[in-house]
Amino acid sequence: MEKRVTFRGWGLPLLLVFPQILISGVFFFYPAAQAIWQSLFIPDPFGLSAQFVGLGNFEFLFSDRFYRSSFITTAVFSTLVTLVSMVPALFLAVLADRLIKGAGTYRTMLIWPYAVAPAVAGVLWLFMFNTRVGVVSWYLAQLAYDWNHVLNDGEAMGLVVVASAWGRISYNFLFFFAALQSVPKSVIEAAAIDGARFWKRFFTIVLPLLSPTTFFLLVVNIVYSFFETFGVIHTITAGGPQQATTILVYKVFSDGFVGQDLGSSAAQSVVLLVVVGALTVIQFKYVEKRVHY
Amino acid sequence: MFKNLTKTLLAGSVLLSATAAMAETEVQFWHAFTGRLGELVAEQVETFNSSQSDYKVVASHKGNYSETLNAGIAAFRAGEQPHVLMVFEVGTATMMGAKGAIKPVYEVMSDAGASFDPNAYIGSVKGYYTTTDGEMLSLPFNSSTPVLWTNNDALKAAGIDPSTDLSTWQQVGEALDKLKASGHECPLTTAWQSWIHLENMSAYHNVPFATKDNGFAGLDTELSMNGPVQVKHLQTMGDWAKDGKFIYKGRRNEGGADFRAGSCAMFTESSAGYAGIKKEAQFDFSVRPLPYWEGVEGAPQNTIIGGASLWVMQGHESEEYKGVADFLNFLSSTEIQAKWHQNTGYLPITAAAGDKTRLDGFYEDNPGTDIAVIQMTAKAPTANSKGLRLGSFDQIRGIIDEELEAIWSGDKSAQEAMDSAVERGNKLLRRFEQASR
Repeated sequence: MEKRVTFRGWGLPLLLVFPQILISGVFFFYPAAQAIWQSLFIPDPFGLSAQFVGLGNFEFLFSDRFYRSSFITTAVFSTLVTLVSMVPALFLAVLADRLIKGAGTYRTMLIWPYAVAPAVAGVLWLFMFNTRVGVVSWYLAQLAYDWNHVLNDGEAMGLVVVASAWGRISYNFLFFFAALQSVPKSVIEAAAIDGARFWKRFFTIVLPLLSPTTFFLLVVNIVYSFFETFGVIHTITAGGPQQATTILVYKVFSDGFVGQDLGSSAAQSVVLLVVVGALTVIQFKYVEKRVHY
Repeated sequence: MFKNLTKTLLAGSVLLSATAAMAETEVQFWHAFTGRLGELVAEQVETFNSSQSDYKVVASHKGNYSETLNAGIAAFRAGEQPHVLMVFEVGTATMMGAKGAIKPVYEVMSDAGASFDPNAYIGSVKGYYTTTDGEMLSLPFNSSTPVLWTNNDALKAAGIDPSTDLSTWQQVGEALDKLKASGHECPLTTAWQSWIHLENMSAYHNVPFATKDNGFAGLDTELSMNGPVQVKHLQTMGDWAKDGKFIYKGRRNEGGADFRAGSCAMFTESSAGYAGIKKEAQFDFSVRPLPYWEGVEGAPQNTIIGGASLWVMQGHESEEYKGVADFLNFLSSTEIQAKWHQNTGYLPITAAAGDKTRLDGFYEDNPGTDIAVIQMTAKAPTANSKGLRLGSFDQIRGIIDEELEAIWSGDKSAQEAMDSAVERGNKLLRRFEQASR
């Protein structure tokens, strides 16, 4: 049975949760309500007038096949970003955990990329893969591979995934590493005495013990790939070619702030709100059940 | 003695500048220029500020064209708008639709009692920014038009005489064959594909880009750039892309760096590419008229402009608008315009500035720099070549870019791509029509 603290009366508990409620209200509920309200109008860019259109903005959105396909793009993108940022991070963490000499330096170096802002990371990767001056594209050309992410949608997607996941590996590494350090040595030693090899021990003991961290990182990384990868996409592909890298949140930006279509942009935010809400519920209802605390 | 003198002088100058600061009315001017162009704008502003003591223009850079427009819009919503905002030609319909946010230039001028003659401006430039009644809404600032740049050393290496006439696409096609046959890796590239190969292509061949006089005659306009002339051109370009004769580098002016570095032989780009090419190119280059398709009736008509104009925003004091009127008049003065034209390759926006440049002997010293002017002014503009006035045009260009990329990569035929662009673009035009009601 969970331990519960009970308060006498309402005064103190209300006072204690008040800051949280205030912050949620100002930074979440108020903007969300605004977005829902705005999604019912087509305003002109200068905010001089607005036409009430009911659900017209949503109708317009869902009749656009590019918008519908951007759901799939987003799903593919966030799955790939999550995988590419978590698997290598875990691998590196396992290696770093076994290090005896120079572990500190190694760890510090691995954490550095996290300090690079997404837009800057985007520019760095763009330079490496630039079709004209890029180092990587030059080597690929030597191997007779014609790299052109400007026209090839697969390459464009690959590039934005790698650029988005790269800095994230550091963040995930940090959490995995801390979690690995807290795995009790006695359990592992016992298994070793029983004759379990390293990988056997890893998959049967360490990985299950890491599951709370993995679950936390899964949620955080999916949210990251949904919302914070926008700078990378903006600098590398601007959503192209042919909207192959236009994820939902990028479209909110480009329709709202490039196209000045604030009604459609607001409607898209509302859709995004629903999608992320649903995803979080699914994660906590189904995935969390398989997590051992 | 000497010390005292300096002190008095110092005190005097402090006093003077203090009174000047009190009397000066500030005029905020937001623009989108960086690099060499930014320096030139700063110089213009400085010249204006030191030429009189009543007004002080404060110029601020607000990012690229789209970002500057967005900054202006956001500022207006917050009540912090500048007096003068630079808006690229694509944003013209948006600004025209915002009647409560802008103060038309002709009104600014007449309220301030300033002398203002709209007819001093070149017709094709003026036409873009005036109402159908001939009232000028924004002041043309920087206007350019697309031309063909060639690397003559590369042409020679492929056995093409640089003096060869390349004024039709048929002739360009033959040159591309030779370049390709000689193993050239980038025979042709382009900047601003939609602007050059669709918008200007349509005007130059006197075919409509959109109905209702390209949008000038009403908001209920529909795109029509999926006609046979445009499709034939794009299909040919697509075939060239497949054969490695046309190399696509990107939506903006990415190809410029390749051309300036000497790796591309031919390059369709704005006449304003002049400043950069002249500075960087280590080879013999020339500027030629934009090619047209021989056999298309009415071609070559005239090309249309790209660039930006200055919009005056609502919500300021009448005293400040007087300063705005003075500043705008200063910018379009012959001296300033002629200098701007010669330094940048942008068109002279007044006929007088063009004449002065000719008299200065600039065109003789810099052959080809008048080609853009001739190309734009040779024929009186028709309803198809006056310009474009389409709402949400920035987004529509994005759609066109996507569809063009599908042609270059071979995913779609030109007809399929343009049909799709028309269908998608029309939806945005209808939304804009609804928002502007």
